[in-house]
Amino acid sequence: MSSVTSAAKPVGLDKPKTKSKKRSQWAEVWRRLKQNKMAMLGLMIIGVIIFCAIFADVIADYDTVAIKQNLKARMEGPSAEHILGTDEFGRDIFARMVHGARVSLQVGLIAVGIAILIGGSLGAVAGYYGGKLDNVIMRLMDVFLAIPSILLAIAIVSALGPNLFNLMLAIGVSSVPSYARIVRASVLSIRDQEFIEAARAIGADDFRIITKHIIPNALAPVIVQATLGVAGAILSTAGLSFIGMGIQPPAPEWGAMLSGGRQYLRYAWHITAFPGVAIMITILALNMLGDGLRDALDPRLKS
Amino acid sequence: MLKYISKRLLMLIPVLLGVTFIVFSIMYMTPGDPAQLILGESAPPEAVAELRTDMGLDDPFIVQYGRFVVNAVQGDFGQSYTTKRDVFSEIFARFPNTLKLAGVAVALAIAIGIPVGIISATRQYSFIDSASMIAALLGVSMPNFWLGLMLILFFSVNLGWLPSSGADSWKHMILPAVTLGTSSAAIITRMTRSSMLEVVRQDFIRTARAKGVSEKKVINKHALKNALIPIITVVGLQFGYLLGGAVLTETVFSWPGVGRLLVEAIRQKDTPTVLASVVFMATTFSFVNLLVDVLYAYVDPRIKSQYQ
Repeated sequence: MSSVTSAAKPVGLDKPKTKSKKRSQWAEVWRRLKQNKMAMLGLMIIGVIIFCAIFADVIADYDTVAIKQNLKARMEGPSAEHILGTDEFGRDIFARMVHGARVSLQVGLIAVGIAILIGGSLGAVAGYYGGKLDNVIMRLMDVFLAIPSILLAIAIVSALGPNLFNLMLAIGVSSVPSYARIVRASVLSIRDQEFIEAARAIGADDFRIITKHIIPNALAPVIVQATLGVAGAILSTAGLSFIGMGIQPPAPEWGAMLSGGRQYLRYAWHITAFPGVAIMITILALNMLGDGLRDALDPRLKS
Repeated sequence: MLKYISKRLLMLIPVLLGVTFIVFSIMYMTPGDPAQLILGESAPPEAVAELRTDMGLDDPFIVQYGRFVVNAVQGDFGQSYTTKRDVFSEIFARFPNTLKLAGVAVALAIAIGIPVGIISATRQYSFIDSASMIAALLGVSMPNFWLGLMLILFFSVNLGWLPSSGADSWKHMILPAVTLGTSSAAIITRMTRSSMLEVVRQDFIRTARAKGVSEKKVINKHALKNALIPIITVVGLQFGYLLGGAVLTETVFSWPGVGRLLVEAIRQKDTPTVLASVVFMATTFSFVNLLVDVLYAYVDPRIKSQYQ
C-alpha cells in the first residue's frame, strides 16, 4: 500500500529551497552581527535615541519645557529639577536634548533617503546601460565630488533659506555621488553574470531584472554606507545649525544649542558640553553599528 | 610623466567648469533682489531697476553664467554686496590662512595617523591596537566644532596656556589645527591599519621574511610602500573634508580665513562672496586631488611604467 502511494507521489512538487536559503542569508548576517559586541552596543544606543525621538513629547512637553523661556532660571548647573541644567534662556537642557534627537534623526534618515533614491537610481542606470550614459552620469558625479559636501550643502541652504526641509534636501543632494558609485559598482559586478542572461532569455524586461536581481545585490554595501551616512548627515546638520544655517531658534537642535552656549563657555560650559556629548554618542553608536554591518556583510567571510 | 600631468590638468578644466556651473546655478536661485539689497530698502524703484540693468541681472541665465566664467578666469569675481570691495582680493587675502590651517592639520593627521596605524597593524589585537582603534573611533565621532570649544575651555579658559582666537603667533595655530586635524588623523589611522593588514598577508611579504629580511625592513620598506597607495587616496580626500571643516573651525577660533568669510557672507546674503569662496575651495580641492594623482603615479610603479 505505502509503496503504491509513495510511487504515485509526483516528483518535483516539493517546495523550492530558495526561500529558506534567502532567509538563512540574512539570518547568517544577523548572527555574525550579534557576535560583534561593539556593534550590538551601538545598536542599543541607537535604540535608546530612537525611543527618545519617538516619545519626546511624553518625556518632556515641547512648548512648556523645551521652548518656553524662564529667565529667572538662566544657566543653572545640573540639579534635581533640571538633570542637565538650564541654558541661556532658562530652558531645561535635557528636555531640549531629547527633542533634538527627533530633529537629528529626522534629518539624518530623510537626507540619506533622498541620497539613496537619487544616487541609487543614477548609479543603477549608469551601471546597467553603460556606454555614453554611464560616462555622462559619472562625470557629473565627479563634478559634484569636487565640491566638499559641507560646502555644497551650505551653498544650497544659503540659496534656498535655512529651514528643516532645505536642510534635508541640501545634505541629501550633497551625499548623492557616493551612493551612485556604490550602486553602479554593484550593478557592474552582476550585470554580466550568467543568471542575468538566463533571466533575459526567459523574457524578463529591464525593470524586472533591475528590481528583482540587481538591487538585492547592491543592498549590502548601500546599507553600510547608509548607516555611516546617517551619522554624517547628523554631523552636518549640527554643523550647519552651529553656524546658523540650519534649524532656526527656538527649535531645539544639538548644534544650535552648542552655538547658543558658546559665549557663556567660561561660566556655563554645561550648555555647550552636553549637547556635544549627545552628538558624539549618536555618531559613535552609528559608526560602531556601521563597522559591524560592514564586517558582517563582508562576502569574503561567507562560509 | 609630463604627459600624465598635462593630461590630468586638461581633464581638470571641464570639472572646474562643471563646478562653477553647479555653484552658480545654486546661488542663482537665491530669492531677493541684489540691487535692492545694495541700495537699501528706501531706494526709489527706478534707481533699483537701473542698477539691475547695469549689473546685468535682467539678462538670461546663460548670459549671466557666461559673464561670470569669463570674468572669473581673469580674476574678477565682482564686488561684495555688503563691503563693496573686490571679492577676489578679499578671498586672496584670507586664503593663505585657510591653507596654512588645513596644511598643518593634514600634516598633524599624517604624522599621528600613519605611525599609529602601522603600530596597530603590526601588533594586531594587542592593547595598543585596541586603544588606538577606540581613540580613532572617538576621533571620527566628535563634531569638530564641539572639540574646538572643549579644547578652548580646557586650554584657554581653565589653564590659560593657549590663545583661543586670532592668528598672530604659532601658538594661535595649535588648538585650531588639532581641532581640524583630529578626525582626519583618526581616519588615516584606521585606513593605514587596514591597508597594512592587507599588504602584510600577501605572498611577497612572506617571501621577504623567508629570505631573512629583518622585520623592520619588511614593514618599513616592503609593506609600507605598497600600503601607501590607498592611504594617499584617503589623505587627498581628507583635504576636501578639511576645507569644509575649516568653515566650522575658523568660526570657533575666529581664524581669519576663507571659511569665516563664507559664513559672514551667507549671513549678509552677499552672494558674489559666497559664490567665489565655494568655487575657490572646490578649485583648491581639485588641484590637491591632481597632486595626489601625480604622487600616485610616482609611488606606484605600475602607473609610472605606463607613461615611460
